[in-house]
Amino acid sequence: MKTKTPDAESQRPVKLSCRNLWKVFGPNAGKFMAERKGTATAAELDEAGLVGAVRNTTLDVREGEIFIVMGLSGSGKSTLVRCLSRLIEPTTGELSFDGKDLLKASEAELIEIRRHKMGMVFQHFALLPHLTVLENVAFPLSIQGIGRAEREARAQQMIELVSLNGREHHFPSELSGGQQQRVGIARSLAVEPEIWFLDEPFSALDPLIRREMQTELMRLQSVLKKTVVFITHDFDEAIRLADRIAIMKDGEVIQIGTPEDLVNNPATAYVAEFTADVNRAKVLSARALMKPATAKSAGLKKVSARAKIASFAAAIVDSARPFAVISDSGEVIGEISPKSVINLLSGKDRGANT
Amino acid sequence: MSDIAQSAPSISNGRWLGLWIVVGAIVVTAILLPVPEALSPLTKYPDALVVPFNDWVGAAMAWLKTNFTWLTRWLAGLIEVPLRFAFNLLAKGFKFGTGEAAWALPRLSWLGVVLVMAWLGYIFGGLRLALLCGLGFLSLVLFDVWNNSMLTLALIIICVPFCIVTGLAFGIWGHFSPRVNRWLISPALDLMQTMPTFAYLIPMLLLFGASPVSALLATGIFATPPMVRATVLGLNKVPQEIKDFADMAGCTRSQKLWRVLLPSAKPSLLIGVNQVIMLALNMVIISSMIGAGGLGYDVLLALRALKIGQAMEAGLAIVIIAVVLDRLSQAIAVKRPEAADTRSFWARHTNFVLAIAVLLVTTALSLVFPALHTLPDSLTFTTAPYWKAGVDWITINFFDTIEAMRVFLLLNFLNPLRSGFEALPWFGVLLVLTALAWRLGGWGLALIIAVLTAFCATTGLWVPAMQTLYLVGFSALVASALGIPIGLWCSRSDRVSAIVTPIIDTLQTIPSFCFIIPVVMLFRVGDVTAMIATVAFAIVPAVRYTNHGIRQVPHELLEAGIVSGCTRWQLFRRVQLPVAMPEIMLGINQTILLSLSMIIICAMVGTRDLGQEVFKALSKADAGRGIVAGLVIAFIGIIADRLITAWVQRMRQRRGMA
Repeated sequence: MKTKTPDAESQRPVKLSCRNLWKVFGPNAGKFMAERKGTATAAELDEAGLVGAVRNTTLDVREGEIFIVMGLSGSGKSTLVRCLSRLIEPTTGELSFDGKDLLKASEAELIEIRRHKMGMVFQHFALLPHLTVLENVAFPLSIQGIGRAEREARAQQMIELVSLNGREHHFPSELSGGQQQRVGIARSLAVEPEIWFLDEPFSALDPLIRREMQTELMRLQSVLKKTVVFITHDFDEAIRLADRIAIMKDGEVIQIGTPEDLVNNPATAYVAEFTADVNRAKVLSARALMKPATAKSAGLKKVSARAKIASFAAAIVDSARPFAVISDSGEVIGEISPKSVINLLSGKDRGANT
Repeated sequence: MSDIAQSAPSISNGRWLGLWIVVGAIVVTAILLPVPEALSPLTKYPDALVVPFNDWVGAAMAWLKTNFTWLTRWLAGLIEVPLRFAFNLLAKGFKFGTGEAAWALPRLSWLGVVLVMAWLGYIFGGLRLALLCGLGFLSLVLFDVWNNSMLTLALIIICVPFCIVTGLAFGIWGHFSPRVNRWLISPALDLMQTMPTFAYLIPMLLLFGASPVSALLATGIFATPPMVRATVLGLNKVPQEIKDFADMAGCTRSQKLWRVLLPSAKPSLLIGVNQVIMLALNMVIISSMIGAGGLGYDVLLALRALKIGQAMEAGLAIVIIAVVLDRLSQAIAVKRPEAADTRSFWARHTNFVLAIAVLLVTTALSLVFPALHTLPDSLTFTTAPYWKAGVDWITINFFDTIEAMRVFLLLNFLNPLRSGFEALPWFGVLLVLTALAWRLGGWGLALIIAVLTAFCATTGLWVPAMQTLYLVGFSALVASALGIPIGLWCSRSDRVSAIVTPIIDTLQTIPSFCFIIPVVMLFRVGDVTAMIATVAFAIVPAVRYTNHGIRQVPHELLEAGIVSGCTRWQLFRRVQLPVAMPEIMLGINQTILLSLSMIIICAMVGTRDLGQEVFKALSKADAGRGIVAGLVIAFIGIIADRLITAWVQRMRQRRGMA
């Protein structure tokens, strides 16, 4: 489904980036951090009675990728995304958007950026109770002073995009949770933002609806190709949607990588614990299980090195013969055996041996 | 583990220490009671040490009066314009020119007003509300109290928008600067809401004279606090996500306030508006003492002349207006927003246009048919004789019983209690209250309570303060003793609740003034009357909070109790009551505050206490005396409120509910 190569990804321009970002809560936090030149240990913070909600975070979000921040409650992921959008003022650190220092933006500049370049979806939808679906979606356009006819036409398109046709004149309280979040999504997209923040958008929904909304999001993203910063506490959701995942714990980002990276090379035991129960066949690609190519490899059925194991598992087991693994340029770079796939599927092999 | 083991005894040590301090203070009081000569200044506050707050406040008011006459005149002139217009429109009719050239426009026809009220009721609440509003206002015509009712209504119509705008402004300020809210707005509101109504009248009387304008101002100031509170609360309650959304959508500050925050807080704001209307009505009645006119003045005159029938009738008219305004404003508050309407102006405002048309047509017709202007006497009727006959009948047949009851109450309960409270040594009370405050809320609270209590003594008003405390305490006790069981009963039976709820809703709607009327009829003037009227007025929160508290006990807790094999009684005693206790305590707190406000009004029926001080000060326009006595009353309320709230807070914290 995703057709980007890791190499191409790393060459994409950085949309949003932060360097050594800190958010410390408590009295005189700014002074405290300034005295320590923008860094402090957990013990120092504790002693001063401060809380380091986001600690020394450095990350780059590249254009067009789905960047997921994953962490359990209290890990600081919501604070981080609010720092990235400057809803919360970071205590120290750098933050740049499109190469410009976002922390230096004045209130007026910030309003302009948010009006045209940022969109955000909230966990509890944050719909305005006194406005209809149509008015809610048109709201961000309306505060920009766009005329009624134009904004309602744009809002109507967005409503169609999220398949809520026919509900335009309902009030949020008359909709189900899933429908409300569709409104939230439509509203955040109405201004055609360049960067799209989603703060646990599906956490308040039932599991079935959640899955449906994830599929919907992937469909939207395949059309829209936004830069997405997505917050979640659900590792399966992260694996399913992410191009890259940042795992947070106690305010720190402990690993950033593709789902495959995390599964294959967890940086800490904590990350390994998350990845333990993941369906590896869906995360690992052929490259992860392949053995060096042999002379016979060229004559075998071919499979892309980036294809997930799950996508060809049935075929390879049925054929009972190895497949050749080819690179993007069509070159045979290895071979994958049915046995290794069966071992992976049965859990005998953890597949982390590349 | 060892931490817990070590900290446990220290907690219980602390508890014992506090208990000892409280007990010790009580012992000190007991020792002081027989009054050894040397200690008598600690019992009876020495006259020589009375701080002349009266004179200071009086001087300040006099200074204001002499130096700011220009301002008060200008303000009075400004306010009088819309007020006079409303009076003319609803009650008096317009007159233009003088002499030969003079011509007049009639007031709005009663028929038009009744129809519009019914129509409003229909739009917002359907047929039932339409009937209530229409018939309610029609009865004002039939009982021949239309003119005065409309004067009262005019005052409210002018006053309420002022309260709403002011309340919104302060509420918004309070929301955006929590520090201002905490240190300035909130304490000011506490003071304003515990200051007795009479105390508002005095400075207005002094600065603006006896006129509808001063009544309007007193009402406006008195009725604004709930709007401020509702605004702060409503805005603070808007979910953080919605605030974040406003920022992310790129709202400017004013867009965020006007297009996101205030509309989201609308339900809370409308509750505030409802409270403002009810308080304004309550106060407009009381400010008839300084020239508001209208129904309140009728009641006042009739009460002074002990014309029970007339008083009752005017009182009923007030109740009718109160119920109609309350139900109507509540219906407006809960009305769901209509789907976006894109029709033309006329189509969207049919109702409005129609209402204006009805008013104009009926008023024009009233020029031709005078009956539409003032209903002829032959068609009106008065219930006054029946009330009088009823009271006479009761008096003749039950005089002995009622009198015996009254005397029994006085001799056995009220009088001994009164002497007991009057004898309470100020220093002992100060110690006990301060120790209690320290136990419940730490040094900060102890300091506040000590200062407030000391103020009551240093003004030289200790004895009247204790008299007030006795009446309030006894009335609140009786109200709680009756109200809590009723509340419990309601909580156990939906049927009872369905009967009791509308009754207490109505009781709560009735302006305090009106409670006095029927009681005076039967018990004449004095402490018993004051107590009964106060109990009737103050019982509502005891019932309501108890019912609500028991009902909101989480269902899982009940199930846990049942699964553990609780009997019904055990379930109540061991599960429901403890969990509901904080809520019930808050109900008692409200009952005490309501008792306090009512007892003060009961000064009109001859109680001897702080209320009487204020009442006398009002009749002599003695600002210093009135305001200082008013402050003492407010402080009593604040002391009770702070102590109980701190207690509830502790209870909740200990149970992990806060």
